[in-house]
Amino acid sequence: MIQNNPIGRFIAHIILIIGIMIVAFPIYYTFVASTQSLQEIMRPPLSLLPGNHFWENYSAALFGGVGRIGGVGVDRLLFNTIVMALAIAVGKIAISILSAYAIVFFRFPGRMIFFWLIFITLMLPVEVRILPTYKVMVDLGLIDTYTGLTLPLMASATATLLFRQFFMTIPGELVEAARVDGAGPWRFFKDILLPLSKTNIAALFVILFIYGWTQYLWPLLMTNRNDMTTIVIGLRKMISFADADTEWHLVMVTCILAIVPPILVVMLMQRWFVRGLVETEK
Amino acid sequence: MASSTRVTFPNKLLPYLLLAPQLAITAIFFYWPASQAIYQSVLREDPFGLSTQFVGLDNFRRVISDPNYVNSLQVTVIFSVATALIAMALALLLAVMADKVIRGKGIYRTLLIWPYAVAPAIAGMLWLFLFNPSMGTLAYLVRSAGYNWDPLLNGDQAMVLVVSAAAWKQISYNFLFFVAGLQSIPKSLIEAAAIDGAGETKRFWTIIFPLLAPTTFFLLVVNTVYAFFDTFGIIHAVTGGGPGKATETLVYKVYNDGFVNLILGDSAAQSVILMIIVIGLTAIQFRYVERKVHYG
Amino acid sequence: MTYRGTRLSLALGIMLASSTSSFALTEISWWHAMTGANNEVVETLSKEFNESQSDYKVVPVFKGTYPETLNAGIAAFRAKQAPDIMQVFDAGTGVMMGAQGAIKPVADILSMGGTKFDKSLYLPGIVSYYSKPDGTMLSFPYNSSSPILYYNKDIFKKAGLDENNPPKTWPEVWEAAKKIKTSGAANCGFTSTWLTWIHTENFAAWNDLSFGSNENGIAGTDVELKINSPIFVKHFQELADLAKDGTFRYGGRTSEAKQLFISGECGIFTESSGGLGDVIKSGMNYGTGQLPYEPEAKGAPQNTIPGGASLWVFAGKSDEQYKGVAAFFNFLSKTEIQARLHQVSGYLPVTLAAYEETKKSGFYDKNPAREIPIKQMMGKAPTENSKGVRLVNLPQVRDIENEEYENMLAGKQTAQQALDNAVKRGNAAIKQAIGQ
Repeated sequence: MIQNNPIGRFIAHIILIIGIMIVAFPIYYTFVASTQSLQEIMRPPLSLLPGNHFWENYSAALFGGVGRIGGVGVDRLLFNTIVMALAIAVGKIAISILSAYAIVFFRFPGRMIFFWLIFITLMLPVEVRILPTYKVMVDLGLIDTYTGLTLPLMASATATLLFRQFFMTIPGELVEAARVDGAGPWRFFKDILLPLSKTNIAALFVILFIYGWTQYLWPLLMTNRNDMTTIVIGLRKMISFADADTEWHLVMVTCILAIVPPILVVMLMQRWFVRGLVETEK
Repeated sequence: MASSTRVTFPNKLLPYLLLAPQLAITAIFFYWPASQAIYQSVLREDPFGLSTQFVGLDNFRRVISDPNYVNSLQVTVIFSVATALIAMALALLLAVMADKVIRGKGIYRTLLIWPYAVAPAIAGMLWLFLFNPSMGTLAYLVRSAGYNWDPLLNGDQAMVLVVSAAAWKQISYNFLFFVAGLQSIPKSLIEAAAIDGAGETKRFWTIIFPLLAPTTFFLLVVNTVYAFFDTFGIIHAVTGGGPGKATETLVYKVYNDGFVNLILGDSAAQSVILMIIVIGLTAIQFRYVERKVHYG
Repeated sequence: MTYRGTRLSLALGIMLASSTSSFALTEISWWHAMTGANNEVVETLSKEFNESQSDYKVVPVFKGTYPETLNAGIAAFRAKQAPDIMQVFDAGTGVMMGAQGAIKPVADILSMGGTKFDKSLYLPGIVSYYSKPDGTMLSFPYNSSSPILYYNKDIFKKAGLDENNPPKTWPEVWEAAKKIKTSGAANCGFTSTWLTWIHTENFAAWNDLSFGSNENGIAGTDVELKINSPIFVKHFQELADLAKDGTFRYGGRTSEAKQLFISGECGIFTESSGGLGDVIKSGMNYGTGQLPYEPEAKGAPQNTIPGGASLWVFAGKSDEQYKGVAAFFNFLSKTEIQARLHQVSGYLPVTLAAYEETKKSGFYDKNPAREIPIKQMMGKAPTENSKGVRLVNLPQVRDIENEEYENMLAGKQTAQQALDNAVKRGNAAIKQAIGQ
């Protein structure tokens, strides 16, 4: 083993603890705010310890505050968000693994052009081409549908790029061996590439699930019906920037509700997630 | 590049079929609208599309000669470089530390990846809630300590605030990738260097850092894209581009001119310029950085 | 897990069922930007209207902030999917008016529904803001408010000021603010939301000063801004001077400064009358007064102008839909609905009857603050300076003003420079927007 002195380790612990404090504080603080009364939130400074309105606020947000978000319950919004996040994650992985497979393991005319055509899409966010994109969606009748919420977002290149990076680290001998064994491209894909990519897929699943979960401008434009929107939009509906009074304590509760599911996904899948990334770099 | 010697399958039709789904979606939802944006950039149009006039490159000329555009270009560079550097440097530091400790590794890691799951729109809100001089508790504490914290009027402070929020959101992601990258470095290499008498710092810069190059490259691309585009929600929530135009990035300006002020031609012209910049940046990153990167 | 799944799919089933059962109705879509408690009001109103008759069903949809809603509506119009009714904020009025052919005047719609549009039933200051110069009402005022003065009585007491006598003019405000600051009663004397809407547009109307040529844009789209005239410069220089030691504190471009007042940081505050709800909820000991005026201005105080939003109707819909819209607007105009909207949400009543009704009920004796904006707007017949500001790109001009004001308050330029720049940049932007 490399020599590793206790002082160095101690410093490492200190730095990590400071890092965690910085990183986790805003979320902790939101939780604190979600347990305070409205009056307490409106008059800074707010206590750094949770208040005693936890049950009151959470039950109000979960069971009493239905009208807040246009007559749609929080459960419906969470359901929509889950559908959106799952569909985007699964769809994007499927599409990307196929195209990365084509780009890395085949030689064909136009290969690099296609790669670039896909790669460039990494770069242009929906904000800069919103009007024409919206028109396409309307023409295709995709407003207020789960297809409209998810399909267009499957086109970006992150996942393709990641799979490409990983596939390029797979030794050529493996392909050679497969070919000697008489395995065609399909069997190679199914029996060798997919199992090898398992952890990568898990890692990407987490990344894309989060990507889908955190969308804002897209669901805002693609949905006209309150029962088709997501929790992030619902949250925005509760905040008033103009005349109305904002019930910040309930906003904070909804904030926590919008944050917790993706955090759980990240934490529960952490093991596969990190392993997937490790294997990407092998 | 590693790809030039790659063993491949001889097949004519299959690769096209494999690419088809992604290309179809990209073409319909990306290239078609993007071409519409290009078309719009040579038109002058009222918001409702009731009257349309072809104006050639007028929109581009006006955009480029606008001092505000140059300003937002500068803002974007400062913002992106600062965000990417801070987010990556802090993440690397934390990852190296997490790699060093023996006890509590898992707990540290778990606690460090939270913010990754937070939507930018929500992250912006959280930071605003903490640091807005009107209602933020931390802003209140900083001010009562005698420091004149006023990002609403002080452009530099506003920049610090948006960079912090944007970098904060990205640390977790970078951290995970660096942790993964560090774990994949063979311990034997480092041990060999240690036996040769290389100190800790030297070992880091001569062995670990170069071996992390693929990760760093990937993160560089991702962070640049992130700082350019995905931070829109943060800037939107925290500063709205102000004070003055101190935090108005290129993307924010495209949004603001097109979406808020409804100057469609100028906005479309800016989108097109943005596309060109981004494609150029990507090409440079890809050509120059990837060449130096090791793929095991 | 399974339990939740069933519940969700059950909910889905119910929703599908309920949406198919309503096929006999004509649906009227209403896009709006109302959040929080105001969103609830929108939902309640729609529900009550839907239950009150069986031919039409109003379906309200939240579309984001005001600019987001406007943009979504425009995008939808271009894609031939426009909603029937859209809520547009005050500054977007010029944009909508410029869109001949895209919108249908509300006066026409009301007559299609069988009711004659009678201007005299409505509050003049509000209706003239949303009407063509010839008096045709173009959009239906939904939520209107006007800026008033708020002050913190506890801070006034501590600073030795008369808590029952709010300052009436700007010099009085400055004096009181300085006293609050120097006496240590609060960290800041004065703050304000919306420097554009309150201290520029309303400052012009209330003091009978010209905001821009062509009757502030009402008589024609080609406008040259006049906001760098001496009284404007004086006012903003005073603000900038007070900002130096924190006697005046800037809170942000829109309503953010409300927090500074509610938290007790600042003692005096100018803000929309619609902000009253938050002030009441905070439980503070507050007082209200008329918006201060500038004594050096000859006609002051004249009248203030409304802010908020109105409901626009898109062109190209079926007669059946327009009849439904007319029925809904008639429902909204009902005295009981208007009176309730006014008393509960704090918006100004649109009809005179609702105002009289509220007055009779003794509501204003208990809530004097609710009457202040109405009195401000009804006091005198509007002059050519005080009918409102109408620019095709008012949001953009406001942006420009905000940027220059921020640079001024940060000490980078004087009020004269800021206003000169705002006029220069604003005029150029207006020229470009009207295609010259």
